[in-house]
Amino acid sequence: MNRFDYVRPATVAEAVAAAAQPGSAYLAAGTNLLDLMKGGVMRPARLVDLARVPGLDAIEALPDGGVRIGARVRNSDLAYDPGFARRFPAVAEALLSGASAQLRNAATVGGNLLQRTRCAYFYDPASACNKREAGAGCDAREGENRLHAVLGWSEQCIATHPSDFCVPLVALGAVVEIEGQAGRREVPLEEFHRLPGTTPERESVLAPGELIVAVRLPGEAAGFAGHARYVKLRERTSYAFAVVSATAGLRLEDGAIAEARLALGGVAAKPWRVPEAEAVLRGARPGAEAFRRAAEAALAEARPSGDNAFKIELARRILVRALTLAAAGTPERLPALPASPHAPHPGVSLHG
Amino acid sequence: MSLSITLTVNAVPRTIALDDPRVTLLDLLRERLDLTGTKKGCDRGQCGACTVLVDGRRVNSCLALAVSLDGAEVLTIEGLAEGEVPHPVQAAFIEHDAFQCGFCTPGQIMSAVGLIREAQAGDDPERVREAMSGNLCRCGAYKGITEAVLEAQRRLAADAEEKAA
Ligand SMILES: Cc1cc2nc3c(=O)[nH]c(=O)nc-3n(C[C@H](O)[C@H](O)[C@H](O)COP(=O)(O)OP(=O)(O)OC[C@H]3O[C@@H](n4cnc5c(N)ncnc54)[C@H](O)[C@@H]3O)c2cc1C
Ligand code: SF4
Ligand code: FES
Ligand code: FES
Repeated sequence: MNRFDYVRPATVAEAVAAAAQPGSAYLAAGTNLLDLMKGGVMRPARLVDLARVPGLDAIEALPDGGVRIGARVRNSDLAYDPGFARRFPAVAEALLSGASAQLRNAATVGGNLLQRTRCAYFYDPASACNKREAGAGCDAREGENRLHAVLGWSEQCIATHPSDFCVPLVALGAVVEIEGQAGRREVPLEEFHRLPGTTPERESVLAPGELIVAVRLPGEAAGFAGHARYVKLRERTSYAFAVVSATAGLRLEDGAIAEARLALGGVAAKPWRVPEAEAVLRGARPGAEAFRRAAEAALAEARPSGDNAFKIELARRILVRALTLAAAGTPERLPALPASPHAPHPGVSLHG
Repeated sequence: MSLSITLTVNAVPRTIALDDPRVTLLDLLRERLDLTGTKKGCDRGQCGACTVLVDGRRVNSCLALAVSLDGAEVLTIEGLAEGEVPHPVQAAFIEHDAFQCGFCTPGQIMSAVGLIREAQAGDDPERVREAMSGNLCRCGAYKGITEAVLEAQRRLAADAEEKAA
């Protein structure tokens, strides 16, 4: 790990001023940042510790029925907050399917949004990586790329964003509150992460030194609570990143779908909402045929970036699975294995 | 740069001068406070061997900067027993053969203590296994570990009931 200066600001304004200096990085829990610093992948000259910045810890109910989640709220505290989990069950399920209990106890909301890709070449400073070093090339293109992107990738970078949390958040229309030296602004999560294009080193719309202070979910997002699931396919049952994942939220009226919210994870450099597929379901009767049509629409633009064509059909099937489970109704209690395709689903027919 | 922090480690308040902000909680415990019960497996958040409680919550000490934890309360495996009397989780690990080589055991035990405090798993072995999945055991003692966690949880609940009565 490189040497760095350490500062511990006492206000948001001090934090933003400190981080405006070139080479700075915010330190939240450090579960991603320290890992990358130990590997020499990130080498910040100064860490601006958010530990003492006030006003970042609250989970607040909003007058419109939505919620405002402070950037330093821990992943486990959010997932186990009874009021939150009841209104936004797919978000709780996604959180509990990520990492381990120890990591969730530490990891924060802001850190989860800004965690970096798990592309192995990004993690290995001996490999060429455009994201780590602009213009260096991309060793993933001719390397191990089974798990890389099938949507929104570019010749310069085929990495995916690894967050589970972000997938239901983007489907539910979350908004990111950002503080910078010029003041406060808000960006929909859907527009927060950037696709790689020719600048894969730029991963979000944040300007250097800008701070996430909170993430907000609108009140209407709670309207999907009765039919909301997250499904995450992993290479082992627990404690692994998604190969692909999907969330589905349905609002049913008189047995038909009044509104659907759908997003995919593990397929692109950002959490991937699929409005085309949501539109397919509007007014449709929930069922295998409509769900398959939605899945076809969701992956219509997908193309392999390497040895990963299998992920396209897998993503369709995981989306159909998420829709089938959502249509059956959010369970009273999350399954023992949150988001697992292996969890038993009493009363739900998953295979024709 | 010299940074001074205070930490309460196993109920003992300490003031610690750090000459370098890079020190993780794990390295602080092992290299500077001679508390080598907490193990370094991967040093990257992947194995759970370094699990300790910080302010009552289980975390990976290898991915926490000591300087950032200024003011925190830390509980390690060395602080668990009451004198010569092992903690119920320790006793249950022995009774259920929940280890072979023992390398992962301090992390497993601290993780189990954290899990029981979180009170989310209930008596469902599948939930216990899922909640313990951040602790790898190369010896594959998982069966005994799950039994030990369930047993210790029952015993602690019974103790609490007795105290309340
Ligand atoms: C073994 C392992 C397994 C994992 N498995 C999963 C998984 O299955 N699913 C999943 O989703 N995640 C997984 N993770 C990733 C984990 O979710 C992230 O490490 C965590 O969410 C990061 O949060 P943090 O608070 O520790 O962030 P940090 O590591 O402190 O920060 C991460 C980045 O965000 C920046 N940052 C943090 N807060 C702010 C803010 N408020 N404003 C601006 N910038 C900020 C930092 O500068 C840094 O660049 C895993 C991690 C590990 C180590
Ligand atoms: S896919 Fe992206 S992150 Fe991975 S090596 Fe290529 S440029 Fe780097
Ligand atoms: S040593 Fe910390 S998780 Fe492995
Ligand atoms: S007892 Fe040997 S690693 Fe678990």
